[in-house]
Amino acid sequence: MKTVILTLTNPSELMLEGQNITPDNFAGKKATEIATLDVWEGKQKSPLGKYFTVEGEGGATAADTRIILHGNCSRVKRIGQQMTAGEIVIEGNADMYIGGWMKGGKVHVKGNVDSFCGIGMEGGELIIDGEAYHHLGSSPRGEWRGMQGGLIRVAGDVGNDTATFINGGTIIVGGDADIHVSTHGEGGTVIIKGNAKGRVGGQMVKGDIYVYGTIENPLPGFKMVGEVEQEVDGEKAHFAHYIGDLGERHPVSRGKPVYANIYTRL
Amino acid sequence: MTELIIKNGFVFDPLQGIKGDRMDIAIKDGKIVETSALSNPKTIDAAGMAVMAGGVDIHSHVVGPKVNVGRLFRPEDKLFKSPHKKWTRMEMGSSVPSTFKTGYDYARMGYVFVNEAAMPPLHSPHVHEEIRDTPIIDNAAMPVFGNNWFTFEYLKNHEIENNAAYTAWLLRATRGFGIKVVNPGGSEAWGWGLNCEHIHDPVPYFDITPAQIVKGLIETNEYLGLPHSMHLHCNNLGNPGNYVDTLESLKLAEGYAPKNNFGRDQVMHITHLQFNAYGGDSWGNIESRTEDIMDYVNAHDNITVDLGQVTLDETTTMTADGPFEHHLCSLNHLKWANTDVELETSAGVVPYIYSRNVKVCTIQWAIGLELALLSKDLMRVFLTTDHPNAGPFTRYPQVITWLMSRAARDETMKTFKWLDRTIDATSIDNIDRELSLYEIAQMTRAGPAKALGVSNTYGGLAPGMDADIAIYPLNPEDMPSDPAAIEKAFARCAWLVKDGVVTVRDGEIVAEPAKRTVWVDVKVPENAQVQRDIYEHFLRHYSVQLDNYSLFEEHLHNPRVIEVDTT
Repeated sequence: MKTVILTLTNPSELMLEGQNITPDNFAGKKATEIATLDVWEGKQKSPLGKYFTVEGEGGATAADTRIILHGNCSRVKRIGQQMTAGEIVIEGNADMYIGGWMKGGKVHVKGNVDSFCGIGMEGGELIIDGEAYHHLGSSPRGEWRGMQGGLIRVAGDVGNDTATFINGGTIIVGGDADIHVSTHGEGGTVIIKGNAKGRVGGQMVKGDIYVYGTIENPLPGFKMVGEVEQEVDGEKAHFAHYIGDLGERHPVSRGKPVYANIYTRL
Repeated sequence: MTELIIKNGFVFDPLQGIKGDRMDIAIKDGKIVETSALSNPKTIDAAGMAVMAGGVDIHSHVVGPKVNVGRLFRPEDKLFKSPHKKWTRMEMGSSVPSTFKTGYDYARMGYVFVNEAAMPPLHSPHVHEEIRDTPIIDNAAMPVFGNNWFTFEYLKNHEIENNAAYTAWLLRATRGFGIKVVNPGGSEAWGWGLNCEHIHDPVPYFDITPAQIVKGLIETNEYLGLPHSMHLHCNNLGNPGNYVDTLESLKLAEGYAPKNNFGRDQVMHITHLQFNAYGGDSWGNIESRTEDIMDYVNAHDNITVDLGQVTLDETTTMTADGPFEHHLCSLNHLKWANTDVELETSAGVVPYIYSRNVKVCTIQWAIGLELALLSKDLMRVFLTTDHPNAGPFTRYPQVITWLMSRAARDETMKTFKWLDRTIDATSIDNIDRELSLYEIAQMTRAGPAKALGVSNTYGGLAPGMDADIAIYPLNPEDMPSDPAAIEKAFARCAWLVKDGVVTVRDGEIVAEPAKRTVWVDVKVPENAQVQRDIYEHFLRHYSVQLDNYSLFEEHLHNPRVIEVDTT
């Protein structure tokens, strides 16, 4: 695997739109070619090299390409957007839309990220060592086909509207979640190891949510049906099992309606 | 003083019966003229290319409040589909494109006139503001009458003269073009959560049936002698077994003859017929009944139809048929918007995916094509996708390719998950007919222009008509064997001349000539009763004052008035 090192030496005045920073775009390119790729500052298009110094070169394919970003990227958006393979390591914070619409590969952010990260994800892995803000692993605005697959793991807290319209894949939150988790969900799994504030599973049709701590304001559309032991993220625990959202339509499988599940740890 | 001459092209003009002859077309000051009238023209070399009049779309939802609802509630329709362009305005969206993209894309396909299919009268200022913002193409808009309280009350008592006076007033108040009827009675019944599925179901609280509404509006239309005929979206749209209702609706036109000075030969236009040609009695056994329908249409000269061809895309359905949209939402569980427009109409919007993996969708695809391929007179069967209901208008080139090439149809059919069942339920696999360029010109310009009553201005290439000319890079003597090449040629015309101005060159917009709003101004004798009724209804039932209702002049953009005098 070949490595490209980007160092942000000349930060932009406005947010930088970095959707071209992906292993797919860097593969097969030398440092000088990578430096000519487009990035946008507001409506102004500039070459990547105006803001970053580029070292190394891309591998033959995206899967053979690793990108390491140094410097304060907390105002660089859309890194790893629509990537299909390879690896990106961000050594600090990053801005919005990191790993959005990812299809494969791995993005590792060692700091915090802003909103909309992992949005519309179809596959791959997004690892965030710090915190994430709103709309983590959510569906894009208006879209009813949300996260389809892949794994998002956030060590810290997340903001609101996590996993809206989730259809598949897994989101693991180490800390607390703000309001609205898996709204309109039709599949997938969300694991919150801290507390959740409220509106967990609103209008959810299918899928699973695990909350290790407490749900401050649980929704009345969920009904407790029993206690279960489940293995979650490699550890076994006892959970109270709720089904819902009873106000929503539910598909029928083998004559029985399929509900969404919320498990809270006992 | 601009002069142009288009040399050596193969000219297709069904209005004059020109079938691919090599001719020169002369243009002077925005009009087509005899070649002898030119002194020092610029030359466009169209050798080896097909020359047609600018396209005319008889039914498309491109401007107005429900289109805008579609734009607002489908931001995902724009996601990754908003390319940065050079000097033109920002273009956005796919199934519900922005106004700018609408105008540009129609122009790139060689279209110059688009008839907005449904204008809620109360919201006509919005419609006209969007018409102003849609570049290049000329627009007309038809106000909806099929669920209007005034219309109901007059037609219940068969007061054609009064209904005509009201119609004339509303056309003027909204700067409208003709009489549009959507699910007559049904959209009004929807106000009570009901529908009129059959044409003899009475409209709740109004003591009138859809059949009476349709017949009354045909009589009104011919009493006034409007350029276009009554334009009908039938009852019971989109349901298995509805071909029976459709045939009954078609029979309502029996005994009526056109009366107008605009060269129109029909008294009824049935729109997006594909949605109304279904047999069977459930989604499980839905089948094509195009043969029954087209036998009737072929045998009756006073009817025109358009296809509403399903293009197998993700799209946004929108219609003034409120109950239908609710029904659709309960089928696909996607987001839904519905509205009621006071005394006049209702509307709904729901996204929809026509999938190649769904049997109903592929049967719908076959039904649309069969309607055209079974037609004996393509001057009466027009190409539409009921944009955006059955697919975006940008897919017309694909539809043309399916109609022109059996190979293209076979290639598409190979991708169907339920191919055998689709073939069993339709006759598409038994039809080898491939339409010619002349027949495509009939379906896309000459026919619609004639049916709209604008064939003295649009849809043809005779001297004196507007110089709207599309040139496609297709040689009729050497047609490409690859269907994709036909699609490409119709998607991006080589040249579009609009009003004598070169507007598109090699598929790219190079100029934005002024666009027009076409409307129909009808003079009727003063009718004190109708004036009093309008005054009373506004006082009692409307949320706006009568003085604020009519369109203000500043909303009307660059009008072209078609005058009708009945006094």
